[in-house]
Amino acid sequence: MNNSKFIDRIGWPRLIIAAFLVLLLILAQISGLGVQGLISDTFRRYGQYGVLVLAMVPGVQCGIGLNFGISLGIVGGLLGALISMELGPEFWVGMGAPEKLIPLFTILLALVIGAAFASVIGIGYGILLNRVKGSEMTVSTYVGFSIIAFMNIAWLILPFKRGDLIWTIGGSGLRTTLTLENSFGNVFNRFLAFKIPHTEIEIPTGLWLFFFGACFLVWLFLRSKVGMAMSAAGSNPAFARANGINVDKMRILGTAISTAIGAVGIIVYAQSYGFVQLYNAPMMMGFSCVASVLIGGASIRRANISNVLIGTLLFQGLLTLGLPVANRIIPVANLSEVMRLIISNGIILYALTKSGGGKNA
Amino acid sequence: MDPQYVLKMENISKDYYGNRVLKDVSFCVKPGEIHALMGENGAGKSTLMNILFGMPVIHETGGFEGTVEIEGKPVKIASPQDAMKYGIGMVHQEFMLIPGFTVTENIKVGREITTPNLFSRIFGKSIETLDGQAMRTDARRALDTIGLGIDEYARVAGLPVGYMQFIEIAREIDKTGIRLLVFDEPTAVLTESEAERLLAAIRDIAAHGIAIVFITHRLNEVMEVTDRITVLRDGELVTCLNTAETDMAQIAELMVGRKMEGQLETMAEGRVFSGSPVMTVRDFSVEMPGERVKKIDFDVYEGEILGIGGLAGQGKLGIPNGIMGLYEAEGEVTVSGEKLDLHRLGDALDKGIAFVSEDRRGVGLLLNESIRDNIVFTAMQTKKQFLKGKLLNSRAAGAHAQEMVQQLDIRCTGIQQTAGSLSGGNQQKVCLARALTQNPRILMVSEPTRGIDIGAKKLIIELLRSLNRDSGMTIIMVSSELLELRSICDRIAIVSDGTITTVLRPNDSDAAFGLAMSGTVSKEEGERE
Repeated sequence: MNNSKFIDRIGWPRLIIAAFLVLLLILAQISGLGVQGLISDTFRRYGQYGVLVLAMVPGVQCGIGLNFGISLGIVGGLLGALISMELGPEFWVGMGAPEKLIPLFTILLALVIGAAFASVIGIGYGILLNRVKGSEMTVSTYVGFSIIAFMNIAWLILPFKRGDLIWTIGGSGLRTTLTLENSFGNVFNRFLAFKIPHTEIEIPTGLWLFFFGACFLVWLFLRSKVGMAMSAAGSNPAFARANGINVDKMRILGTAISTAIGAVGIIVYAQSYGFVQLYNAPMMMGFSCVASVLIGGASIRRANISNVLIGTLLFQGLLTLGLPVANRIIPVANLSEVMRLIISNGIILYALTKSGGGKNA
Repeated sequence: MDPQYVLKMENISKDYYGNRVLKDVSFCVKPGEIHALMGENGAGKSTLMNILFGMPVIHETGGFEGTVEIEGKPVKIASPQDAMKYGIGMVHQEFMLIPGFTVTENIKVGREITTPNLFSRIFGKSIETLDGQAMRTDARRALDTIGLGIDEYARVAGLPVGYMQFIEIAREIDKTGIRLLVFDEPTAVLTESEAERLLAAIRDIAAHGIAIVFITHRLNEVMEVTDRITVLRDGELVTCLNTAETDMAQIAELMVGRKMEGQLETMAEGRVFSGSPVMTVRDFSVEMPGERVKKIDFDVYEGEILGIGGLAGQGKLGIPNGIMGLYEAEGEVTVSGEKLDLHRLGDALDKGIAFVSEDRRGVGLLLNESIRDNIVFTAMQTKKQFLKGKLLNSRAAGAHAQEMVQQLDIRCTGIQQTAGSLSGGNQQKVCLARALTQNPRILMVSEPTRGIDIGAKKLIIELLRSLNRDSGMTIIMVSSELLELRSICDRIAIVSDGTITTVLRPNDSDAAFGLAMSGTVSKEEGERE
């Protein structure tokens, strides 16, 4: 009785994937891959992608479905990061900040600016989605693609001046990949990071703290008066209206929050990755976020924090463990990219057809 | 072979999730007879018909027990297509017609007469040429059978409602080999003269040897056209008798049966209230599709139960929905002297009106959320109760929900159970619990007993009664079930065609209620004045 209840709560898909992960670990060990390194990698990527996946929750809860247009938030976050980098360490030295804390201040400023940009973009985006009720996910996918195309032009003409941001030849236009070595690369990852004794497995403490903290804040929000009103508007608009809730306003709120978390997410991602990637790089990021939250048991109508926590771990685990093992078995170049696409799109397809997932009551 | 009956259903039993809705029911129809299937809402008529038509809802919920025989041969009807194959047709209550098509096309859709052409010889039957002439002839024949004089080439869009019903019938009788035709409340949406015509048509069809199952609430129609009557009550077969050997009063009694013996038999005393009304409604119109309200006035007095009755689609549901601001409304509504802003969503809630919607699953509940959250939701949103700072105060909310569960006797595994997994009656109690949590000045309940089993109905009605009589709660109760209204209301306003025809006392005669529902009273009175 208890057993079947447990399975119901977690859901079969998650149990199967978890079992598959264990199998992959064993295979990795047998084929002589550095298992400990792979686990470290999984842990790092867990925190790296986590916040982006978290951005899906307010979107689903407010009723716009899976926010494929998270690229809007990503773009906002990138702008925040770039502006903070353009100001550079000199700005903080000028303010009299202690040198050790400058990277931290830089990323915090990036987060604030990014979230602010994204909130404004998100409000407009929410108004747009209110006009296309019923086909939000289709529209958001294309809005996501469009903003990337638009920003491809913008990255070339925005007046950034700093030498290590722009192309050296020509003297204008942002580079495709910007290193964060001299600004805020790995600030969170390094904070209180430690290795599990007697192993090579590293725990990125700061990164995890930030991710879990963000999850906690969203969890708190969903339990607040406004958060509950927003969830009601998403799960049953007629009910919400009968309780005097402005459904459209709640949807705009949820969209804006989702977009803002997306901005925070990309900055966390960038600091962990060590680089800011512009132009087409964020194009497909929304898809892996969607896949992660779905694998965690969310549906297009309901998503909660545990879906994010479980889903990100499973999805990133699959990628980090699955690819080296697959490469070992079928040694073809470029297989990893193909695998990644198959896994993430396959999961989206599977989850959308099943749109129930596990019981997340 | 026993050709005596075209349809013979024997010992049919069916339960939905442990809730027995049909118990050992037998039902036989002879060829060419008009057989009335009678019973109150929830008596099991639709379930029996769903079984006959092999509707998916039956198979998805574990099938049924018993046997079905058609012309003496046992059959298994697994889908509506099977039913059609056996010559069983249905005329639906809501029209299933394509407005942009002509009458002929609607009658023939899916069963077109075609002739082969060059392309169809190559590509198959689906692109054969339509034989318009033959189809029109067929349609004409079907229309003539039921005595409908419209042109077979007219478009359906724009035809009067009554005609649409006839086209539906024409479509059914045009099917070759039709043996049994089921009419599900065919006269509900028709005017009196249209209903007359329909009954005549039904008689004609039966004269052609087609058996008719006639489901209706209208006793006079049953007495007029049927040969035999089967009465169901609470999922059990009460009796099957010849129409000639009975009368209206007997059938009414058989249908209502136990209910009359029970609590609901007691009619409310019809207390008289006076003084200044707690709520006044003036020139009130609501644009609710299908339930339009046209410029009505009424008052509600402190401590009374005002009933609002009437047939479906006449506008009674528009009244509470308009007051809550859920549909566009005009006019003046005051509560304790304060004017209600009908255009501001939630204003009615702020002014102390609680609403239990008729659409329990669609509007009344968050099906995936817990009982606790459902109960405290409105009070939390509109009165900022059960909050600690800005967050939900789980402890206070839980304690209150627990209290409500006990007080209203909500049967559940605990306050964390999701509302969607409760039975209908318990869901309704959760809705009521939420409304009561608001501590409202006026409680509006709309169709409080719709779709819940008979035992739960009684509990809900008793609950409303004790809220009013013991706690002095002012209640506006909208319901299609007159008996319910008459059992607890002090006054009953009858709505017909968007206006209040008259306000009656619970102990007024059945005839007065009947006339008021058909809207005749207001006209007569209007002429007299």
